[in-house]
Amino acid sequence: MAILVTPQTKVLIQGITGSFGARHAQLSLSYGTQVVAGVTPGKGGQTFRHETHEVPIFDTIAEAVKATGATASAVFVPPPFAADAILEGVGAGLELVVAITEGIPVVDMVRARHAMQGSKTRLIGPNCPGVVTPGEGPDSRGGCRIGISPGYIHRKGNIGVVSRSGTLTYEAVWQLTCRGVGQSTCVGIGGDPVNGTSHLDVIKMFMADPETHGIIMIGEIGGSAEEEAAAWIKEHGTKPVAGFIAGATAPPGRRMGHAGAIISGGKGTAEAKITAFREAGIGIATTPSDMADTLLKMM
Amino acid sequence: MNLHEYQAKQLLHCHGVAVPASEVCETPEAARAVADKLFAAGEKLMVVKSQIHAGGRGKGTFKSGFQGGVKLCKSAQDVEDKARAMLGQVLVTKQTGPDGRLVRKVLVAAAPDIRKEFYLAVLLDRATSRPMVMASTEGGVDIEEVAASTPEKIIKESIDPSLGFQAWQGRKIAAALGLRGELMGQAAKLLKSVYDTWWATDASLVEVNPLCIVDGRDGKPQLVAVDAKMSLDDNGLFRHPDILAMRDLGEEAPLEIEAGKHSLNYIKLDGSIACLVNGAGLAMATMDIIKHFGGEPANFLDVGGGASKDQVTAAFRIILADPSVRGILVNIFGGIMDCNVIATGIVDAVRETGLKLPLVVRLEGNNVAAGKKTLAESGLTIIGGDTMADAAQKVVKAVGA
Repeated sequence: MAILVTPQTKVLIQGITGSFGARHAQLSLSYGTQVVAGVTPGKGGQTFRHETHEVPIFDTIAEAVKATGATASAVFVPPPFAADAILEGVGAGLELVVAITEGIPVVDMVRARHAMQGSKTRLIGPNCPGVVTPGEGPDSRGGCRIGISPGYIHRKGNIGVVSRSGTLTYEAVWQLTCRGVGQSTCVGIGGDPVNGTSHLDVIKMFMADPETHGIIMIGEIGGSAEEEAAAWIKEHGTKPVAGFIAGATAPPGRRMGHAGAIISGGKGTAEAKITAFREAGIGIATTPSDMADTLLKMM
Repeated sequence: MNLHEYQAKQLLHCHGVAVPASEVCETPEAARAVADKLFAAGEKLMVVKSQIHAGGRGKGTFKSGFQGGVKLCKSAQDVEDKARAMLGQVLVTKQTGPDGRLVRKVLVAAAPDIRKEFYLAVLLDRATSRPMVMASTEGGVDIEEVAASTPEKIIKESIDPSLGFQAWQGRKIAAALGLRGELMGQAAKLLKSVYDTWWATDASLVEVNPLCIVDGRDGKPQLVAVDAKMSLDDNGLFRHPDILAMRDLGEEAPLEIEAGKHSLNYIKLDGSIACLVNGAGLAMATMDIIKHFGGEPANFLDVGGGASKDQVTAAFRIILADPSVRGILVNIFGGIMDCNVIATGIVDAVRETGLKLPLVVRLEGNNVAAGKKTLAESGLTIIGGDTMADAAQKVVKAVGA
C-alpha cells in the first residue's frame, strides 16, 4: 500500500511551465509518475510535452481536477505566490499538496496552515524534496515521484523514511538500496519552521501501513517535532525506528540553511532530540553513514 | 536579518508604540546637538547607547578600556564626551564574543524616570504554528534566566492568525502583569501595536526589554519601550524594501556577505576543516561527522541544488579566505546534480585558486563514475572518500587534527 501516494496517484504540477517545474515534471514523467495535468495561470490550453507524454495545462486547479481527476499537486511556484498556490489546492479539494518552494514567508504559512484547519487536504512541506513511493521497474521506475528527489536511488520495499532534509534523505535511501533493502514510501517534510505535516504525522501513517516494517527518521536542530514524535513512539510504537539528528555542531542562534534549523533560547538542540530518541528506544545513528545499518540491526 | 535598537524603535513607533524621544548620531557633535534639543524641550536626563547587534551593552567594555556601552548623562557636554568615547571604538559584551563590535552609531535618548520594568516579546510558537505574545513582570533582565528559575512569571498568549491580537487578550495580559486602571487600557493598546509591528514587518522576533512604566510629562504614568530588538524573517524581506535598506553590513561577517552574493549559504565557525556540501541537512551532518572523528569544522557551506562551476570556485575562494582552514572536505550527493559537473568545477577551482591544502572529495549519486574519473585524471592531489565516514576520517588524518 505505502502511504500518501501510489503508482496510480494522479498528479498535477503547479508551475509546470517554469524552468524548475518543467525539469522535474520531465523527471517525474520519465520515472513513471501519472502526471495528468499542469496548472499555470494564463497558460491554460497549452500542452506540456516530454518524450511521448502530452500533459494538458490549465489556468486553475479546479478545471484541471474536473478534466483529469487529479488528486495530488506538486507546487513549484515562487515564494511570493506559493502560499496562495497551496490554498488553491485546498480550496479545490485535493487530497495532497506537496509544496517544494523554499523561501515562503513564515507569516504566509502561519496563515495558510490556520486556513487549512478542518480541510481534508494534507499538505507536505513547504521547502521539501517531496514524496516518493518506489515502483517495481528498473531503478524503481513505475512508482510515484512528486518533487525533486532522484528516482533511481530508490528501491521498492518495506522501510519508511521521513526527514526534514533533502540530500541527507537521499543518503539514507541510497544506503538502504545499496544493501538490497527497499522503501515503502520516502517523505521529505521540509526544512521550514511552519509546515503542513510533522514527523509524527508521517510516523503514525507508517505504523498503520502494512507494507512498512521499519522506519528511518531524520531530524535536525530547531523546534521540537522530533521530541514530540519520540514521545509518541515510546507509548505507541509497534515497529523499529532508527534516527539521525543533524546539527550537533551548529552554533546557537544561527539559521543553518533551513529556515527552521535554528537553536533559539536554548531550545531545539541536537542533544535534546538525541536524548528524546534514546528514551523512546529509537536506534541512534551516531554518524550519517550509519543510518541504514542502525535500523537493520534492529530488525 | 537583525536590526539596531534605533531601527526597531522607529518601526515600533510607526505602529503606535511609545518610545523615548531620541535620535541616532554618528559624531560627538551631532550627539551634543541632539542633547541640546532634548534638554531645551524639558528633558532632565539623557542616555547615550552604543548601537550594535548584540545585547549586554551596558555591562560591556570597550577595547580602549572605557567601561559601559550605555551611559546616563546630565549635560550636553557629558553626552558629547560619552559619544566620543564610544564612536569608532570596539565594544565587547557577553554576546559579542571576544572580538567585540565596532560602534559606528550611538542613540541619544531622553532617559525617563523608570517606575517599573516589564518584558514583552512577540515570536512564532513552533509547537502551534501560531504567533505568541510573551510577557513578564521580570523586565530588564535575561529572560532565559527567568524561564529557567521562575517560569511561572512568564505569561504566554497564543494569537489567532486570522483574528490578530484581540482587545480582550490585551486586557488579560495587562491584568496578569498587574496593570490596572488607566494603565490597563494603555497596556492593551501597546501590546496590540507591538503585535501589529511583528505581523506587518514579517518579523521573527520583536522584543521590548524593558517595557517601562515611566512618569509622563503630565505626571501620569506612561508605558514606554525603553529598549527594543527586532529580527526579521529573511523570507519576508523581498516585500519590505524599506526594511531591507536598514541592513547593516558592518554587523555581518565579510565572508558570509561575500557568499550571499554567489547564492551560497555560508556560516563561519572556529575550526580548521572546511566543508563544501550540497544541501543544508547534509551540510550540518558533514560538520557533525568531522567533529565525530576528532576534527573541528571551519564552516557550514551549502552550495544548494545548482552549483555551477563559478559557484564552486567562489565557494573555494571563500573557504580559503579563512586563515584557520588547514584542509577541505567536499561532500556531494548528486541527486539531480551531475557528479561530473561538480568534479569538473572542483578541478577548475583547485587550479584557479592554486590550492595546496589537503582536499578530500566524496562524491555519490548521479554519474558518480564519470565524476571520480575526472578527479583521478586531473593530475591534482585529491583524496577520494567512499562513504561520509571514510571521507571525514581521511580529512581529519590529513590535517593532523
